[in-house]
Amino acid sequence: MQSPETAPSHLDLYEKRKAVFPKAVDGRFRRFKWLVMVVTLAIYYGTPWLRWDRGPYAPDQAVLLDLGNRRFFMFGIEIWPHEFYFVAGLLIMAGIGLFLVTSAVGRAWCGYSCPQTVWTDLFQHVDRFIDGDRNAQLRLEAAPWGPQKIFKRGLKWTIYLVISFWTGGAWIMYFADAPTLTRDFWAGDAAMVAYGTVAVLTVMTFLLGGFLREQVCVYMCPWPRIQTAMLDEKSLIVTYKDWRGEPRGSVKKAEKNPGGVGDCIDCNQCVNVCPTGYDIRNGQDIQCITCALCIDACDTVMQQIGRPRGLIDYATLEDCEIERAGGAPKPVMKALFHTRTLVYLGVWGAIGVALLFALGVRSQIDVSVQKDRNPPFMLMSDGEIRNAYTLKLRNMQARPRPMQVTLEGLPGAVMWTDDMAREKASRIIRVTAAPDQVKALRVYVVAPDDTTPQSFTFTLLATDAEGGGDSSEVRFDAPEE
Amino acid sequence: MANKRIDEPTGVETVGHEWDGIEELNNPLPRWWIITWVLCIVFSIGYMVVYPAWPMLNKATEGVWGWTSRGQLAQETKVAEGARASTLAALAATPIEQIPNDPKLLNAAISGGKAAFRVNCVQCHGSGAAGSIGYPNLNDDDWLWGGNVKDIELTLLHGIRQPGNDQTRTSLMPNFGQDGILTAAQINDVAGHVLSLSGKAPANAGGAAAFAANCAVCHGTDGKGLRQFGAPNLADAIWLYGGKKEQVTASVYKAHAGVMPAWGGKLDAVTIKMLAVYVHSLGGGEDFSEAPTTPAVADNGNAKP
Repeated sequence: MQSPETAPSHLDLYEKRKAVFPKAVDGRFRRFKWLVMVVTLAIYYGTPWLRWDRGPYAPDQAVLLDLGNRRFFMFGIEIWPHEFYFVAGLLIMAGIGLFLVTSAVGRAWCGYSCPQTVWTDLFQHVDRFIDGDRNAQLRLEAAPWGPQKIFKRGLKWTIYLVISFWTGGAWIMYFADAPTLTRDFWAGDAAMVAYGTVAVLTVMTFLLGGFLREQVCVYMCPWPRIQTAMLDEKSLIVTYKDWRGEPRGSVKKAEKNPGGVGDCIDCNQCVNVCPTGYDIRNGQDIQCITCALCIDACDTVMQQIGRPRGLIDYATLEDCEIERAGGAPKPVMKALFHTRTLVYLGVWGAIGVALLFALGVRSQIDVSVQKDRNPPFMLMSDGEIRNAYTLKLRNMQARPRPMQVTLEGLPGAVMWTDDMAREKASRIIRVTAAPDQVKALRVYVVAPDDTTPQSFTFTLLATDAEGGGDSSEVRFDAPEE
Repeated sequence: MANKRIDEPTGVETVGHEWDGIEELNNPLPRWWIITWVLCIVFSIGYMVVYPAWPMLNKATEGVWGWTSRGQLAQETKVAEGARASTLAALAATPIEQIPNDPKLLNAAISGGKAAFRVNCVQCHGSGAAGSIGYPNLNDDDWLWGGNVKDIELTLLHGIRQPGNDQTRTSLMPNFGQDGILTAAQINDVAGHVLSLSGKAPANAGGAAAFAANCAVCHGTDGKGLRQFGAPNLADAIWLYGGKKEQVTASVYKAHAGVMPAWGGKLDAVTIKMLAVYVHSLGGGEDFSEAPTTPAVADNGNAKP
């Protein structure tokens, strides 16, 4: 361990940011990070442009959150507001999924797939593309403002802005038909909320990805704090094996004094490649997002000086103790699957199966009835008793469906709607429910004058080939004599 | 502070306080945090200048923008009225019998009528328009003065038995008992005959004769009423002043002659139109095609198939 830094003689009221200029690195984790970055960005930017044919009555965008019409489309699945528990279930799965991942492989979310990490990584590649690698960036940062620096900064920030704008623009595509919205957006015909959202997201991406970067993780984000509570001694975290590395010494020193120094040659490569500028040799910390780039850097160095890889490596605290004592660590698969991860996996899977089951058996046709309570019933001039009801016939399919509503129970009763004359009243009403909509019917039911208060049932039946139906029991009010 | 010192393990200066051996490190805040804090203070100063903020003895300071919650309400009301203006203009321009042809206009009229009903009509007709003894139920299919939307509008405009209004709905049933036109025994017989029309009492010849001589002029020989006079149908199941023997007897002894205000002078024409459409939509409204030339046909027309 390093000795404590000497205290600064003068303390400011604020902590000045120490800018981070991570060095480019190659290795297996860096390649994995590339892959995750490409896949996640492709999903984010590309998804709204996928098409999915739902017939003439529904939008053909594969993933669409249609807030105006209160419909969520996701490929073959369409969610209505009353089925929001599916979304709630997915959010719970996402939460437990994070517990699972954290318990198994530590802060893998932070290191690989968090948007803040992915966009920071993207912006850091822009830095390298414009300014060059770490040393060139450091030189440029220290250089006085001149034509070249102004040009490079201007170019870089312009690229930041373009990426940010594209990011903000992609977001709104999830909420409306993407090609139409794109055309409207550039023609100035889109809704104000679209422009506002793009503006806010552009500015946020520009600031968070371009400038705040690791400060978001260190100061702003609650997730690292939560994760410190969720990690345990069985979680895989990025670890510097100090028992192997200490005391540090150069290769020359090791040659002079075999056995006197550890494997760490204090080349500082692990710090130079770190996107948050942390020194992993100080141990696990909120600043370490476990992106594992230091493992790649250290492995490269170890290979160059002919020592075994893995001085910095993914390891559990348990294994560290075993290794420190000279034992052999558990295989990775065993480290991944311990009681806690298995419990999380079980809960996660159970919710997933339950959601799939609910999705499979959900009804796409539904009737709900609201009874007029004021007045609860009325006498007609011929002495019969009338009750009024509002029926909501829900057709969740993207095509018009013929349906019929029948009265069951309530002997002698007939019904008619606002749209028909009372002379045509009968025990069956036939209607066509419009595609993907709820049809409201105001229904009057009259029963003979000797009817007593009782319950009866409205039965809804789809009369097309697919069929299906629903029923709803309601009360019929009458004078109590 | 006197006891400031550099903490050995962390290398950070302490603030100089000490509580039972516990000291506090002076860890600085990030710059962005400080800047945000200062900006919030700057914002709040501006806020206090332009908006009401400082409580004074009588009221708060007014702020240079002159904002008030009342002013905001007035402005929002104005905007809402502006948004309604085109619908109201369309309603004013459309003849009432054509409103049902335009579903959007019809819905607007029903909503507007419902709101106006709650303010002006519920006092007598009840919040569900179900009425009570002496106040007609507007949901049913029994109409004293006609149940198509134009008849309802006319009733609304000119009221019932309003003196000085020459289009008002008016009629006068004599006080058969109080004015000594019929004897107590005759009134009893007539009441029995009236109830027998709907099968609630046995037929009696004396009552039938007295009815034919005194009542049939307005109520019709079959007792089914005449809308020209607002004479109620006595053969159906609906009784405005109650259908028990003593209630019918009381009505014959001294007529009720209920009144309704002429809303024409109180509400604007569009509101009355909307009220008429709303009342018509409650489930008992009659179509023009069904509109009876004689009340007897109307009752048959409304009978069950």
